[in-house]
Amino acid sequence: MARSSKSATKQRSSKSKQVKSAVRNNINDKLKDELLSYYRDMVLIRRFEEKAGQLYGMGLIGGFCHLYIGQEAVVVGMQAAIDSKSSVVTSYRDHGHMLACGMDPSGVMAELTGRVGGYSKGKGGSMHMFSREKNFFGGHGIVAAQVPIGTGLAFGHKYRDEEAVCLTYLGDGAINQGQVYESFNMAALWQLPCIYIIENNQYGMGTAVSRAAAGRELADRGAAYGIPGDKVDGMDVLEVKKAGERAVEHAISGKGPYILEMTTYRYRGHSMSDPAKYRTKDEVNKMRQERDPIDNVKEKLLLTGLEEKSLKDIDASIRQIVSEAVEFAQTSPEPDPQELYTDVLVNN
Amino acid sequence: MPVEILMPALSPTMTEGKLFKWLKEEGESIEPGDAVAEIETDKATMEVEAVDSGILQKILVAEDTEGVPVNTPIAVLLLDGEDNGTSSENQGDKAPLVVDRQTSDLSISQSDESSPPQGQGRVDVYTQTVREALRDAMAEEMRADNSVFVMGEEVAEYEGAYKVTQGLLKEFGDKRVIDTPITEHGFAGLGVGAAFGNLKPVIEFMTFNFAMQAMDQIINSAAKTLYMSGGQMGCPIVFRGPNGAASRVAAQHSQNLTSWFAHCPGLKVIAPWSAADAKGLLKAAIRDPNPVVFLENEVLYGQSFEVPGDPEIIVPIGKANIVSSGTDVTIVAFSIMVGKALEAASQLADDGIDAEVIDLRTIRPLDEETIIKSVAKTNRIVVVEEGWPTCGIGSEMAALMMEKSFDCLDAPLIRVCGEDVPMPYAANLEMLALPQVADIVKAAKTVCYQG
Ligand SMILES: Cc1ncc(C[n+]2csc(CCOP(=O)(O)OP(=O)(O)O)c2C)c(N)n1
Ligand SMILES: [Mg+2]
Repeated sequence: MARSSKSATKQRSSKSKQVKSAVRNNINDKLKDELLSYYRDMVLIRRFEEKAGQLYGMGLIGGFCHLYIGQEAVVVGMQAAIDSKSSVVTSYRDHGHMLACGMDPSGVMAELTGRVGGYSKGKGGSMHMFSREKNFFGGHGIVAAQVPIGTGLAFGHKYRDEEAVCLTYLGDGAINQGQVYESFNMAALWQLPCIYIIENNQYGMGTAVSRAAAGRELADRGAAYGIPGDKVDGMDVLEVKKAGERAVEHAISGKGPYILEMTTYRYRGHSMSDPAKYRTKDEVNKMRQERDPIDNVKEKLLLTGLEEKSLKDIDASIRQIVSEAVEFAQTSPEPDPQELYTDVLVNN
Repeated sequence: MPVEILMPALSPTMTEGKLFKWLKEEGESIEPGDAVAEIETDKATMEVEAVDSGILQKILVAEDTEGVPVNTPIAVLLLDGEDNGTSSENQGDKAPLVVDRQTSDLSISQSDESSPPQGQGRVDVYTQTVREALRDAMAEEMRADNSVFVMGEEVAEYEGAYKVTQGLLKEFGDKRVIDTPITEHGFAGLGVGAAFGNLKPVIEFMTFNFAMQAMDQIINSAAKTLYMSGGQMGCPIVFRGPNGAASRVAAQHSQNLTSWFAHCPGLKVIAPWSAADAKGLLKAAIRDPNPVVFLENEVLYGQSFEVPGDPEIIVPIGKANIVSSGTDVTIVAFSIMVGKALEAASQLADDGIDAEVIDLRTIRPLDEETIIKSVAKTNRIVVVEEGWPTCGIGSEMAALMMEKSFDCLDAPLIRVCGEDVPMPYAANLEMLALPQVADIVKAAKTVCYQG
């Protein structure tokens, strides 16, 4: 018995070698293009966020600023699974989501600096941006408030018979709020096309998941309502996309909501003023070195035989986009004092 | 081109900090992500990380330097691939450091020093921040009464998002200092149940913005049950946390909810300004058999005041305080606006107007007598509040004046309030949205017919 299991292992490993070489040789251009576009989108988010961190340090961005660095694969992979009719809503950690929705980096950066060229004319700031054009519905500062809102967006899609879903993002901390379960119940009851994406970055502010959440997997939190849930490697953009497609297919075909728990990690503090002594430097470094979503795609791309130079070119073009965003964010004027009183109600 | 490394801003309220320690020496090479220095802010000690790679050419601000303003160049970094020549004389780029992680905790030892040693009957006075005074109030009441416990988000291991509960977990353990999940409605209601069962919960909302999630339990359960039970079921609970505008955090995180709570019978509502009042009133609130909403202010946490050391000193709920007496005009304020009113009073003094500043301290029940007496003397009144004007505390004061001081008034009351809009993020608009000292001065002159 020992022998047979040994030979089975051997067989498996030679098989996996074969698969690997097949991947190396036959990886098709389609996948390569796909990976390149994920690489580009993720690097854009990372460079944008690093720059935002720097501008905060210079006092050009104020208040709370929650960076998405480390979590890029989640939003980029999910966005690849939907088309432009679908809607997106998230929390205050929203810069990455907006860039992934195709919102203009200059408009996002100018909102961060509180200028009139920003998406909310400087009135919303880091946590509150919206784009009707891109079906991005914010940008919400109250933990979990976006969850019923996303459920309502899904209600709208169903009401109007659209082939669309709402991607509703929430954190591992947010998952414990009562309104999440009120939403789950309604979404399941009325089979709303809502995909709840739990970005489990291991901490809600300074609280590790295990100190805040009872029970087993967060992916199972919809079980009582009959909502299927998958736990997904949120550091692997291809895994995310695959799971996203599964969930979208389920929701669009009228079977109701779906839960995806993405295991991921934020490299930076909760917000800029978080001293982050609840975790060790080693823990962060290990994640960065071993699980980084961008390095992961980069490796896969290099395996296809792509020259490193092509990636360098992408990097350079992104640096350019981010510099332009910074330039715009610093030169766009402050909002006119009269803006203080506009937009409180629709004038009619 | 050499790059100047600038003193980074590490929190919404930081304007300067202490360069505590250099972790790299001149001449050492630096990679992105390397910790290069430790900086102390009002809240914590943070390690700052390099963004660029290069060589630390020169340190411009020595370690242990206090009060380094944000954006001051603190070192020069020679970027990779540049020579170390005289080009450093050229104007270089400026780059801030990026902040990552904390190494140590600053104020525990400091505050231990400034806390009075235990004992009784002393009249000593200590200088303390509002933050420390609030912590001491809780600690003293917890020592005196085993049924007092503290519950909220990040109150235990993190020691409070704004560091108000610093040291409590260490002294009282995790049975009495309890981190909750992010479930405001749930833990506020749990607190109410615990209070019905004769415990004395101190429920911290990370900020009062999040107390709106728990509004139903505060109003419908905590405030009304004594009445609905014909006096059987009291609810000795304190809901506390920062309320009001904070710096640049926009509409959902920056609002003053005082009048929401002040509207409701069955609650006591407190909004202190000084550290001594913060301490004395929080102690009174914890001892009070009723539900108390205790509204702190984030911007005040770091401000220092003199505080009496005697743990038996409490400040009675329902008594306003005349912080500066005068004869020409009464300025009524509470919480952070008391400081602004005092500044306004000192400017008014330069113009020969002698203003009396009243700190309400308790909003419900209101100390009508102190206000009425003051207006009987000055015949003029300005009410300052950070919140919105409609149905606000100023409106309430206007009603009080109509009903009880009408014959004393020589001029119509003026309200100085926050603008009637959600709080904008942009720096210039935020400034315009909040009451400023100049607005108070102008209002006071107007009621004195000197505008
Ligand atoms: C109702 C409410 N309570 C508390 C807060 C303060 N707060 C902001 S973010 C946060 C942690 C949320 O953690 P998680 O849901 O895991 O999201 P992450 O920040 O990790 O993306 C807390 C407690 C808030 N904004 N809203
Ligand atoms: Mg989290």
